[in-house]
Amino acid sequence: MTDTASTGLAHSFQLKSANVSLTALELYYFDQDDFENALREKINQAPGFFKDIPLIISLEKYEGLDSELDFFKIIGTCRRHQIHVIGVRGGNDDQRRLARGAALALLPGSGQREKPAEPEAEPSRDEAPQTSEAATSDGPAPAKIVSQPVRSGQQIHAPEGDVVVLGPVQAGAEILAAGNIHVYGPLRGRALAGIHGNEAARIFCQSLEAELVSVAGHYKISEDLQDNGWKSAVQIQLRDDLLVVTPLNKA
Amino acid sequence: MARIIVVTSGKGGVGKTTTSASISTGLAKRGHKTVVIDFDVGLRNLDLIMNCERRVVYDFVNVIQGEATLNQALIRDKRVESLYILPASQTREKEALTKEGVEKVINELSDTFDYIVCDSPAGIEHGALMALYYADEAIVVTNPEVSSVRDSDRILGILQSKSRRAEMGQDPVREHLLLTRYNPDRVDKGEMLSVADVEEILAIPLLGVIPESQVVLNSSNQGLPVILEEQSDAGQAYDDAVGRLLGEEREHRFMTAQKKGFFSRMFKGG
Repeated sequence: MTDTASTGLAHSFQLKSANVSLTALELYYFDQDDFENALREKINQAPGFFKDIPLIISLEKYEGLDSELDFFKIIGTCRRHQIHVIGVRGGNDDQRRLARGAALALLPGSGQREKPAEPEAEPSRDEAPQTSEAATSDGPAPAKIVSQPVRSGQQIHAPEGDVVVLGPVQAGAEILAAGNIHVYGPLRGRALAGIHGNEAARIFCQSLEAELVSVAGHYKISEDLQDNGWKSAVQIQLRDDLLVVTPLNKA
Repeated sequence: MARIIVVTSGKGGVGKTTTSASISTGLAKRGHKTVVIDFDVGLRNLDLIMNCERRVVYDFVNVIQGEATLNQALIRDKRVESLYILPASQTREKEALTKEGVEKVINELSDTFDYIVCDSPAGIEHGALMALYYADEAIVVTNPEVSSVRDSDRILGILQSKSRRAEMGQDPVREHLLLTRYNPDRVDKGEMLSVADVEEILAIPLLGVIPESQVVLNSSNQGLPVILEEQSDAGQAYDDAVGRLLGEEREHRFMTAQKKGFFSRMFKGG
């Protein structure tokens, strides 16, 4: 389930499309002191949340002068607070030129996403995977809802969103979801959440009797599930690369 | 329009043919014009259990291939009026059953019969798919053991996805669970799954529980559908199942171990 390059030549890396949600900082104007004060205030509200997060600067509502837009100062201020500015979204040509000068990735604005990528918006190689992350302002993909039992030999596949099953998932059945998996009945088959690598995906079920559960490629088989929460209502999530089973009534 | 009922299981040897014979006999006994079709091409058994193997001239495949008419192939049961048998071919392969051919035969039977009972072969291959494709209802025959339950679950999934009703997006095939070879003593000893276990796993309504019985074996060997052994518990259990299939309310019987001895009966209140 983890990707391994096994084709003849050993590659040192592989490019994959990734989809993560990012925090965008919508900048109205830039003044070094105001910016740092506001940032400090925000961080104080939720110190844990902002630690080491990637951030994009959205210029769509920027009303200040282009000359005041000093990306080096923005990056430096953020860095002091353990926030990593990785790119800018939107903005006019001049602003984007400034951003590029500060080695920031250029992401299309939310209003111009449909346009083909402009030559100047082509990001440098090592930033390539992040460009696809820009298009996250869409709503979440709709959940796939199954109102019948999922029988042995059947497979439910949701390449984008969640799967909700209103009934049992029988032994020999398989649920695959890019997002979460909810089973309002016993989970006796296999459930694989976060199949595209979403480590925040979870599995919920009324009774854990599964053959296999997996979140983002980290899996446990029936044998290893017996000791904790077996045949009871649980959720399964990934914590520090470990699959953790917790009873739902204590969640 | 006839009601088309498939008797199926996935697993072999669980009692599909025994059930097909008894259910069709029970329906006919109540005056419904019934035909039972043996879909087990190549391994025909139904005619043995119905005791008409010596009267087979033409079979299902002959009709499909236009070598005989339905009237030539249908065998009229000697014991029960309004019961007919369409036997399988011993010499052909299951590929001789085509969707179009089966449809033609079933449509023709639909005009004159009230019930068409399709006795499915084991497995989930072509023969079994043909048997269940046109079904309105399914009797899923299951033994109280894990592998049989698993296979029944598989066939239920196929009924939901590969039947004509599923493909046309019509109301789903109505499913009934028939538990056969049930032995309450062995359930008490923990050697068999209980009715409740199987019902809980498969999550479909229970049509009946047929107790494990020597009578079933004996009557099969004699070519007598066990439902005609009216004194036997298995015969009565099949009669109950037919009643429920026709919408009657009947209490489930033969599900608990017989109390032995005078005292235990006294103290348990009978």
